[in-house]
Amino acid sequence: MAAGVAAWLPFARAAAIGWMPVANCPMPLAPAEKNKRQDELIILNVSGRRFQTWRTTLERYPDTLLGSTEKEFFFNEDTKEYFFDRDPEVFRCILNFYRTGKLHYPRYECISAYDEELAFYGILPEIIGDCCYEEYKDRKRENAERLMDDNDSENNQEGSMPSLSFRQTMWRAFENPHTSTLALVFYYVTGFFIAVSVITNVVETVPCGTVPGNKELPCGERYAVAFFCLDTACVMIFTVEYLLRLFAAPSRYRFIRSVMSIIDVVAIMPYYIGLVMTNNEDVSGAFVTLRVFRVFRIFKFSRHSQGLRILGYTLKSCASELGFLLFSLTMAIIIFATVMFYAEKGSSASKFTSIPASFWYTIVTMTTLGYGDMVPKTIAGKIFGSICSLSGVLVIALPVPVIVSNFSRIYHQNQRADKRRAQKKARLARIRVAKTGSSNAYLHSKRNGLLNEALELTGSTDDEQHMTKGTSLIESQHHHLLHCLEKTTGLSYLVDDPLLSVRTSTIKNHEFIDEQLFEQNCMESSMQNYPSSRSPSLSSHHGLATSCCSRRHKKSTHLPNCSVPATRLRSMQELSTIHIQCSEQPSLTTSRSSLNMKSDDGLRPNCKSAQITTAIISIPTPPALTPEGESRPPPGSPGRAVPSAANVVKVSAL
Amino acid sequence: ADTVEDEMEMATVRHRPEALELLEAQSKFTKKELQILYRGFKNECPSGVVNEDTFKEIYSQFFPQGDSTTYAHFLFNAFDTDHNGSVSFEDFVKGLSILLRGTVQEKLNWAFNLYDINKDGYITKEEMLDIMKAIYDMMGKCTYPVLKEDAPRQHVETFFQKMDKNKDGVVTIDEFIESCQK
Repeated sequence: MAAGVAAWLPFARAAAIGWMPVANCPMPLAPAEKNKRQDELIILNVSGRRFQTWRTTLERYPDTLLGSTEKEFFFNEDTKEYFFDRDPEVFRCILNFYRTGKLHYPRYECISAYDEELAFYGILPEIIGDCCYEEYKDRKRENAERLMDDNDSENNQEGSMPSLSFRQTMWRAFENPHTSTLALVFYYVTGFFIAVSVITNVVETVPCGTVPGNKELPCGERYAVAFFCLDTACVMIFTVEYLLRLFAAPSRYRFIRSVMSIIDVVAIMPYYIGLVMTNNEDVSGAFVTLRVFRVFRIFKFSRHSQGLRILGYTLKSCASELGFLLFSLTMAIIIFATVMFYAEKGSSASKFTSIPASFWYTIVTMTTLGYGDMVPKTIAGKIFGSICSLSGVLVIALPVPVIVSNFSRIYHQNQRADKRRAQKKARLARIRVAKTGSSNAYLHSKRNGLLNEALELTGSTDDEQHMTKGTSLIESQHHHLLHCLEKTTGLSYLVDDPLLSVRTSTIKNHEFIDEQLFEQNCMESSMQNYPSSRSPSLSSHHGLATSCCSRRHKKSTHLPNCSVPATRLRSMQELSTIHIQCSEQPSLTTSRSSLNMKSDDGLRPNCKSAQITTAIISIPTPPALTPEGESRPPPGSPGRAVPSAANVVKVSAL
Repeated sequence: ADTVEDEMEMATVRHRPEALELLEAQSKFTKKELQILYRGFKNECPSGVVNEDTFKEIYSQFFPQGDSTTYAHFLFNAFDTDHNGSVSFEDFVKGLSILLRGTVQEKLNWAFNLYDINKDGYITKEEMLDIMKAIYDMMGKCTYPVLKEDAPRQHVETFFQKMDKNKDGVVTIDEFIESCQK
């Protein structure tokens, strides 16, 4: 039911009072209106632009974001409005949908952006009103085609190369000659032989020289052997090509039925039939006709020329227009032929002997050829003849533009696809650069982080601060994430720095623990708004973290003079078996503040708000833990005060 | 010429309702309620009046299964108290005021007005039959139990037996009110 009509529902219900006197059975009870709120204005702030509407307007569609309680997630307590960080232009359309019940699609809007907005607000695109639905569907289809195109060419390019079988590689080589040099060679060789074969066929019939007896012989009969050899060679190449294609085709049955394969067969059949048949006089007539089919070899060129393919495709897609053209022409021919025949019947020695004979005249006249072999002699014939030629021009001129426009459309589509493919190369290159750039940044920061650790061990905190300034919060968190992944899988990203590679492989253990710490930090920063919440599910992380941070703390006090990476290796291994005491929490908060993945902020006593620490205190610490992370401590363990002998974590070396 | 003039009229009509205070005095609604009512009304009919076709369209959206055009026609006539072919906001409010906030007497009066198609003060059997058929039409064909051909007629007979006190074949307003209040 449309939204606006809902406004009339109370009216219809009131009018139902008219049924009461005539009702057979008593009326049912009316549904109670629960929680009848006074209608209030709500403010929707979309990227700064404020929209206001009644609450009931939005509640007309309870299964969308704005109509349900989902919008409470976007409620801003300070300003008492709902804030959405989305496009205000599209929001206008969406709000109008609530108001009028009709969803419109603005033409200037990009289809994918619009779809995203609809998805965000929980509105199904099918609701788009009739006025805009067609436009929307057209644009959507275009976009889908473009995406499919992209995906196809992407798949072609990336291609799971190693997993392709020999057969598949061959098929790809046939279809796309640019995949390998061999394919290109094959492409050109077949092209050459097609040309040779066609030229042979043509030259065969040219008369060259005379033979004593004053008879002109065509070249074909004079150099019969030479031509036969050429023909054999060509046909052999074509046969081999056909068989190879048949072998490589993914679906042989479909390949056999395709147009190109039929052309191939028709092109080589006459030769074999000629071989089989002897010089039998009565069949040789038929045999000569078969030779005509050799000219079909010229169609094999369509594999080599895209323009030909487009032309063929156009004709196929304009089949209805062509059919109409043919039909109307036939009608006109019959009409005019009949008229001309009866008009010329009177004149003597008229060439218009019958209606079918007049067909020839009509066709020649309508297409404005005018050979002149058949000419009307009577006055009536001349009059009708002129009408015939005038109408011919019109009838032919009508369907032709349709065919032309179809061809133009398909041709431009192809051009656009080619352009996109060319641009895609540049685009992919850019994406690759960006990817390598980000992984370089990651590795760079890793190196920085390790350097930081080295520095901090020497006690120089100033340089450390300098190093950490470069990375932003998002970047450092991202790098931390990549690092976690590395640790999870046990692999590491490709490194081109030999110094770095040594470090990364040996200090695995240490870094793993660090991650837990920083994982916990990340979660902490998100917990900022809920200082009083207890989250037992995070207990494992917190437990680890407390152990980690305390270990860090310990590490700093134990090894103040370790500065060289080589010795660090040994110290790490020592650390790995150290018993750790869970101690003060403030270090956690301080590490959060610095936001650098590798720096140890446990040293710096910049304690942040104490509230956070109270939250952590209540979280239980695991009694025993292995850094592989397989055994998570039971979340149900009761919270206890932290410093206790039981909270000793044994960290074993990986 | 008629239709062209009608179209012109419809296109240029921009009916403005009387002042809010006046309507408040005339009906039993509060200002706020009138505001809400008008907003809904104006949203659906921006020109300010409802003509019969729009009315039928709106009503048919509530009863999608059956054919509610006949009943909507009768209902429209009941609302269109000044019989000018269109229901303005004042008519709308007046009708609703009676239906929702009126006394039983007023409501029954309104119902009588609905049944009395030619507004002559008497409900005849034919009028009642028309109304009944219209109501049954709204139900549509797929009902349980299946609608019988003479069900409306039967219903009318029952109704007249109950209402028509002096058995003169017509029901007057007093008979109607009396029988309904029993």
